Amino acid sequence: MKALVITPAILEQHKLSEEEYRKILGILGREPNWTELGMFSAMWSEHCSYKSSRIHLKKLPTTGPRVVQGPGENAGAVDIGDGLCAVFKMESHNHPSFIEPYQGAATGVGGILRDIFTMGARPIALLNSLRFGGLESAHTRHLLQGVVAGIAGYGNCMGVPTVGGEIVFNDIYASNPLVNVFCLGIAKKDKIFLGKAAGVGNPVIYFGSKTGRDGIHGATMASDSFDEQAAQKRPTVQVGDPFTEKLLLEACLELMAGDCLVGIQDMGAAGLTSSACEMASREGTGVELELTNVPRREPGMTPYEIMLSESQERMLMVAKAGREEEVISVCRKWDLDVAVIGRVTDTGKVVLKENGEVVAEVPAKALADEAPRYDRPSAPPAYQEMLQALNHDALPDVKDANGALLALLDSPTIASKRWVYEQYDHMVRTNTMVRPGSDAAVLRVKGTNKALALSVDCNGRYCLLNPYEGAKIAIAECARNLACAGAEPIGVTDCLNFGNPQRPEVMWQFVLAVEGLKDACEALHVPIVSGNVSLYNETNDLSIYPTPMIGMVGLIEEAERTVTQWFQRAGDVILLLGKTREDLGGTEYLKVLHHREQGSPPLLNLQDEQAVQACTIRLIRAGLVQSAHDCSDGGLAVALAECCISGPDGHVGAMVQLPLNGLRQDALLFGESQSRIVLSVKPEQAEAVLNQIRDAGVPAAKIGTVGGSRFVIRLEGDQRTEGCTVDLDLNVLHDRWASAIPRALGQN
Amino acid sequence: MNIGVVVFPGSNCDHDCAYVFNDVLGQSVQMIWHKDTQLSGLDAIVLPGGFSYGDYLRTGAIARFSPVMRALKAFADKGGLVIGICNGFQILLEAGLLPGVMLRNTSLNFICKDVYVKVENAATRFTHRCESGQVLKIPIAHADGNYYTDPVTLGGIKANAQVIFRYCTAEGNVTPAANPNGSLDNIAGIMNADGNVLGMMPHPERSAESVLSNEDGRLIFLSMLSAFGKSEIRARPVGA
Repeated sequence: MKALVITPAILEQHKLSEEEYRKILGILGREPNWTELGMFSAMWSEHCSYKSSRIHLKKLPTTGPRVVQGPGENAGAVDIGDGLCAVFKMESHNHPSFIEPYQGAATGVGGILRDIFTMGARPIALLNSLRFGGLESAHTRHLLQGVVAGIAGYGNCMGVPTVGGEIVFNDIYASNPLVNVFCLGIAKKDKIFLGKAAGVGNPVIYFGSKTGRDGIHGATMASDSFDEQAAQKRPTVQVGDPFTEKLLLEACLELMAGDCLVGIQDMGAAGLTSSACEMASREGTGVELELTNVPRREPGMTPYEIMLSESQERMLMVAKAGREEEVISVCRKWDLDVAVIGRVTDTGKVVLKENGEVVAEVPAKALADEAPRYDRPSAPPAYQEMLQALNHDALPDVKDANGALLALLDSPTIASKRWVYEQYDHMVRTNTMVRPGSDAAVLRVKGTNKALALSVDCNGRYCLLNPYEGAKIAIAECARNLACAGAEPIGVTDCLNFGNPQRPEVMWQFVLAVEGLKDACEALHVPIVSGNVSLYNETNDLSIYPTPMIGMVGLIEEAERTVTQWFQRAGDVILLLGKTREDLGGTEYLKVLHHREQGSPPLLNLQDEQAVQACTIRLIRAGLVQSAHDCSDGGLAVALAECCISGPDGHVGAMVQLPLNGLRQDALLFGESQSRIVLSVKPEQAEAVLNQIRDAGVPAAKIGTVGGSRFVIRLEGDQRTEGCTVDLDLNVLHDRWASAIPRALGQN
Repeated sequence: MNIGVVVFPGSNCDHDCAYVFNDVLGQSVQMIWHKDTQLSGLDAIVLPGGFSYGDYLRTGAIARFSPVMRALKAFADKGGLVIGICNGFQILLEAGLLPGVMLRNTSLNFICKDVYVKVENAATRFTHRCESGQVLKIPIAHADGNYYTDPVTLGGIKANAQVIFRYCTAEGNVTPAANPNGSLDNIAGIMNADGNVLGMMPHPERSAESVLSNEDGRLIFLSMLSAFGKSEIRARPVGA
C-alpha cells in the first residue's frame, strides 16, 4: 500500500473531523491509504452513519405483533395476513434534486425501489412528499417541473404506480427543496431476503449496471450544507436508467423464487463500500473482493473510484457456493452484467485486491457500525418565543369569507395537484382502487380480499412553531387519512428532514420531534419499521423548517369497505366529528390572508384523536359512511369545499350551518383544530350514526346536507352575517382550485 | 381460449393483461419471451404496455427487431388475433403491422387519466360486444400517443372502417377538447385491413373489474372471447 500524507485539507475534503481521523488511526493501527480514507469518509458521513441522530432514534417504538422486520435492514416489513407482508420505506433525495432536479428525483425513486425489491418484495406503489419554494420564482418552477418529470420518468418506466403524495410550497424550501419518496412492496412472509454475507466461502456476486465514475462521494455531498457553489456539485449526482432497473427487478425476483440466494443488498449511497461492509457487518463475517472483476464502464478506474462510485442500478449478492452458474444464467437472461467478484471470509474484514495485491483492508464493523455517535448540544432558538407569540386580538376577523376561501383554494399547497399526478402512471399493476386526490390511496392486494391504504404527511410549519406537537400531528394526521379510508394503521416509515445538526437549535427541533413521533406512535399503537434521516438541509446558513415526513400503511380487511373524501349523493347528511377550537396559529389561513407564520400550532390530544379515528374506522367498516374527509390545511371550510369539488365524476353542492359558539368566524371556518373528520351519511341512517358516535364519547354534530349547485356555509348566532357567509357557485370554486398550479406555471 | 402475452424487456403491463385474461376471465394464459421464435397453440396474442427496451429511442423502434416479432407476423398473417395496447400499439406501428406512427403528446408530458372513446366500428372481433357509437371510459397512460399518418393512408383506413376508437366527450362528441394527446382525427385505436390486428392507446385491462370501479374495458376482451365461441369462465370476487 502506498504511503500517504493526510493533511487537514484532505480531511476537510472528505468531511472527516480531526477527532474522527484519530479514531480511524486507532481502528487501523496505522494511517489509512487513499481508498480506505474514502471508504471511511462515505460510511461515516451523516447520510450513511446517522452519527448525529442515532442516539435519539433509539427512542422510537419499533416493535409490535405485526412487525416482521424493523429498522436496520433495507426496508421494514409488517404482516398483513394471508402469508404476506407489506415491505416499505421512505427516503430522501433532497440534495441531488436541488443540484439536478430530473436526475436527482429519478434516482431517488430508483434507490427506494431497490430497497424494496432487495427484500424480496414486488413494489406495487410509490408515493412522494415534495417541498418547494413559492412558485413565483422561475427557479422553483424549474425545480418542480424537473422533479415531477424525473419521478414520472423513472416510476412510469418501471411500471410501479405513483398513487399519491403531497406537496407544500413555502419560501423556506426555495434553496432546499425536499424530495422524499415512499415505496411499498408485497412479499411472502417466509421469503423475505436480508442483506447478509453469510457462509464462509460463499461467492459474492455483482450484477446490474457497470460501475462508472458517477456519483462519487454522493453520500458525503448529501451530508453537507449548500452555498452559492452548489451547482458545482452536479457531478456528484447520478444518472438513472429505469430500463436497467426494471431488468434488475425482474432478475432479482426470479432469482429469489429459487433457493440459491443467501443475502442481497443494493448499492445505494456509498456504493460497493456500503453494500460490502454492511452485509459482512450484519453477519459478523468478512468479504474479500477482487476489484478487477467488477464490471466497469471505462478503463483506468482506481480502487477509490470503484469503491465510491454511486452508479445506479447495481446489486451485490451472496449466493450458495456452487450455485454461481444459476445466478449468472438468470442475470444473462435479463441482459445484465454479472460477475463473481469475491468470497465471504471469517476475518471480519473487507479486503480489497487489485490483481491479487491487497489495496485496502478495513474491519467491516468499524465502517458500518463504529462511526462516532454524537450527542450534539441542543437549545431552543432565541426566536422561538417570538415565533409562538400571536395576539389574536390584533388580527381582524374575516370580512369576506368567500374571498378568503377562494384565496386558500388558490394557494398551491391546498390547490388540486392534478397537474402533478396526471404525469405519473398511477394505475399500472391494476391495484389502484382509490387514485390520487383523496385522503389516502387505496390498493387492493391481489390474491386476498384485503386492501392497503397509504398516506404521507407532515406540516413543517407546525414543527417549526412547536416541534413536539408538529411531529405528533404528522403521525396523527397520517393515521387520520388512513382512518378516512376505513384503514387501521399497521406501520410507519419516516424521513426526518432537518437543517444543520451542528446548530443547537436544529438539534433541539430534532430531539423534540423524535419525542413527538414516539408519543404519537405509542398512543396510536403503530410501530416505526423503517426510515431515513436527512440533515444539513441548509443553504447560506438558512435551515429548512423541521420536516419529519411520515409515511403510513393501513389495512382494510374487506377491500370493498372503503370510502373516499368526496360527497356521493344529494340528500346525504353531513356530520362533523371532533371539536373546533380557536386554532389560528400556524395555519395556512394565517399565512395566505395575513402573511404570518407564527403562533402556537393546534394542540393535539392523542386520546381524542384515537377515539375519533377508531370511531370512523368502525362506521366505515359497518358500511354506514358515504364519504370521509380529514380537516387539515385550510380548516373546515376548505375540507367541506374539497368534499364538494374533488370527486372525479363532477361536483356536488352542500348547504352547511355552523354554530359560532363564541368562536371567531375565521377560526370556525379556517382554523386547523386537530382530530376532526367530515363524514357524509345516508339521511335515513344519520340519527343512528350520530348516536353511535356520541356513544363512543366522540363529540359530533350534524352540520348540513349534500346537494345543489352551490357551496354554502351559514354561521349561526352571527349578528353580522353580511359578507361573512360562504356562498359560491361550484364551478367558480372548482376552477380556482383546479387551475391554481397550471396558472402559477403559466400553463393554462 | 389460449392467450399469449409477449414479454419484452421493459414490458410492464404484461402481468396486468395476464391477470385479466386468466384471473378475471378464466382463460388460459402463456407468457411469451421476446426471444421465442416459435408460437404454437395460441388463439390470440397480446402485446402489452410498458417501455420496451426503455424506449429511449422512438417508442417501439427497438422492440420491432425482437426475435418474437417474426413469429408474431407469421401468426397475424395466418389470421391470428393480435391486440397491441399502448406500447404494444406503438410496436405494431413500428413493425408495419398497422399503418401510421406515434408522435409525442402535444403537451410533451406523460398523461395518465380516464378518457372516453367512441366505438366507431362495432362489427369487429374486438368490439362486437359493444354497440356502434357506444362510449367507453378507459384510462390512458402514455407520453407518445399522438397518432399520425399521411392523408392518403388516413383516407384509406377511414373508408375501410379501420378506425375503431376515437377520443370523445362523455356524451360521445368527438371534439378537439376531448383529444388528450393531439392524435390525428382523435384516433385512439385502429385495426388492420384483415380485421385481426388491433392497436389501441387506452388500457382496457385497467378498466375490466368492478373493484377498480370501471368495467368498460372488459367488453373488448369479452368480444375477443366470443369471437372464439368462448365466454368468461368465472367472475372472481373483489380483490381475488
